[in-house]
Amino acid sequence: MSATPLLDVRSLSKRFPVRGTPRAVHAVDDVSFTIASGECVGLVGESGCGKSTIVRLVTRLLDPTGGRIFFAGEDVGSIPAARFAATAARAAIQMVFQDPADSLNPRFTAFDTIAEPLKRLARITARAELDTRVRAAADLVGLPAELLRRFPHQLSGGQQQRVGIARAIAVRPRLLVLDEPTSALDVSVQAVILHVLADLRQRLGMTYLFVSHDLNLVRLLSDRVLVMYLGRIVEAGPVDTVFDRPGHPYTRALISAIPALDPGARRPRVRLAGEPGSPIDPSPTVCRFFGRCPDGHDRCEREMPVLRTTGGDGHQAACHLLDSAIASSPTPSSQRPERESLPVPRGGTS
Amino acid sequence: MTVPAAAVPLLSVEDLSVEFQTRDGVVRALEDVAFTVARGETVGLVGESGSGKSVSALAILGILHPAARITSGRAVFGGLDLIAASETQREEYRGRELSMIFQNPRTALNPIRTVGRQIEDVLVRHANLGRARVRARALELLAQVQIADPARAWGAYPFELSGGMCQRVMIALAVACSPALLIADEPTTGLDVTTQAAILELIEDLARRSQMATVLITHDLALVGERCDRIVVMHAGHVVETAPTLELFRAPRHPYTARLIASTPRAGARLADLAPIPGGVPDLRGVLPPCRYRLRCERAAPACDEPPLPRQQIARGHLVACRFPS
Repeated sequence: MSATPLLDVRSLSKRFPVRGTPRAVHAVDDVSFTIASGECVGLVGESGCGKSTIVRLVTRLLDPTGGRIFFAGEDVGSIPAARFAATAARAAIQMVFQDPADSLNPRFTAFDTIAEPLKRLARITARAELDTRVRAAADLVGLPAELLRRFPHQLSGGQQQRVGIARAIAVRPRLLVLDEPTSALDVSVQAVILHVLADLRQRLGMTYLFVSHDLNLVRLLSDRVLVMYLGRIVEAGPVDTVFDRPGHPYTRALISAIPALDPGARRPRVRLAGEPGSPIDPSPTVCRFFGRCPDGHDRCEREMPVLRTTGGDGHQAACHLLDSAIASSPTPSSQRPERESLPVPRGGTS
Repeated sequence: MTVPAAAVPLLSVEDLSVEFQTRDGVVRALEDVAFTVARGETVGLVGESGSGKSVSALAILGILHPAARITSGRAVFGGLDLIAASETQREEYRGRELSMIFQNPRTALNPIRTVGRQIEDVLVRHANLGRARVRARALELLAQVQIADPARAWGAYPFELSGGMCQRVMIALAVACSPALLIADEPTTGLDVTTQAAILELIEDLARRSQMATVLITHDLALVGERCDRIVVMHAGHVVETAPTLELFRAPRHPYTARLIASTPRAGARLADLAPIPGGVPDLRGVLPPCRYRLRCERAAPACDEPPLPRQQIARGHLVACRFPS
């Protein structure tokens, strides 16, 4: 990964003023990460942790308060959001939204929706070429051509999301930002969409930033994962490492909260006290997780922990507790008793 | 937590059929739905959207949309058939013996009334407590659903609280009169995983303490697998399989159940392990085959077109609606 990363975010922060006061919401606070070309990076955290703000900063819908965003070596963070749509990078960074029913124009047919970015960003005006490109995009996401004339309300949830993905990939972006792309869908449809996304990545060599609160999904699709808590990245690393040996107590709590499809085996739950703290002018010298952390001690109240490398594979976590015991920290999986594994029925033709 | 099968169930739903009158014809949303809930038991009702999970719950409570018509069936709760009962009789039960919480707590709460007042309204209506006593009881309930500062929450409007807090308030409303049955319709969809775990633990805890039975409606099989004693699987308005949780996961007999399990991500699974269910929930208008899963089914045979849909008991407490159960 010595080559220039496709996306390079450095010390990014975004503050929103609180109306009528001199105070500010620290939505994103000193966040740095990179995404290599062809990589899929997952971004997880609870609502309010700053995931969506990062998405809007990276897709350049919002201007950062501080820090820089480099895309393919070009400093795109300094281009005002209002002018970004006129740049070539607009077509190179595209997004798939959470709720396909809400994010599609109800008065556009599937064809119109997919054609829109082609007209506006790729400047395609010839009817025949537009037709070819729309059909190609629909084909890539497995949307039958006969559905192109339909309006969103005439499509199922899964078909709507295929339209949403086709719109995003029609202009062949290099970076695709997926904001909870399956959370509005049924599990059976979710599986289909995940396969579509994995397939597209392979065929088009696209790079993904995959935002989700569902860690099981992040694990299925991503190479690396970033865990956010109250505006800061608290853990980062290869998915399997983060899942099997989480370094931050928050990550451990998140992992232990996922319902696992192995009934009968109750796992020890890492319980969190209360709700996340306030993002309004948080103290710069207190760990953001202090107060909710099951293991917090007095140093956490005096000094903000910073991300530090804990493994050779780029695994990083921001926690003081790692000073004493990196290797010996208990993980949910090692605490789990050996349990019999349930057979997964595969279609059930047995 | 299993209750002897011989015991009279708390709720017994039999042959429940519901139709919706729409401009495009009659939607046969439920057909001969049957399941039971024992006292203190937690039952999961799962299936894709459009499978009839919520319609079943609304029919039992008697709060279906005016376009809906119950064409057959009974829902016997504590000796009373809620379907045949008068609205006055049902009102005696609703909120007191039988409560429901909904998917989106913020829209289910009254936006212009403080949450404390909303809890008091329930208490005044159903618990015969004087205005003086209700305040103390409302604060007690807020503390019971583990809201850190009950006095502050009492005076808050729903928009001032987080989604998780609103759901706790909904639960406080629902359990205010210690109901015998709580129906929770997707209570944690839209909430974070950590909040989801906390809310479900809270419901479980309240249920255990007061022997409250719970029907947990969700599309998330992993969630019911972790929380329920028994699972009822629905597809297109039919109950296709009912079994104790472990048995259902270990040996699903209906092809749809097997598909549903295979499409749910498991911890540590790879994408290749995740198998989608072919096709979609069928259009419930017009003429439907006896088995509504027929068009999506890999076991389908000409015999499947012969009515009636067989519903057989395969083992004790394990029912399956399929001609070719595995």
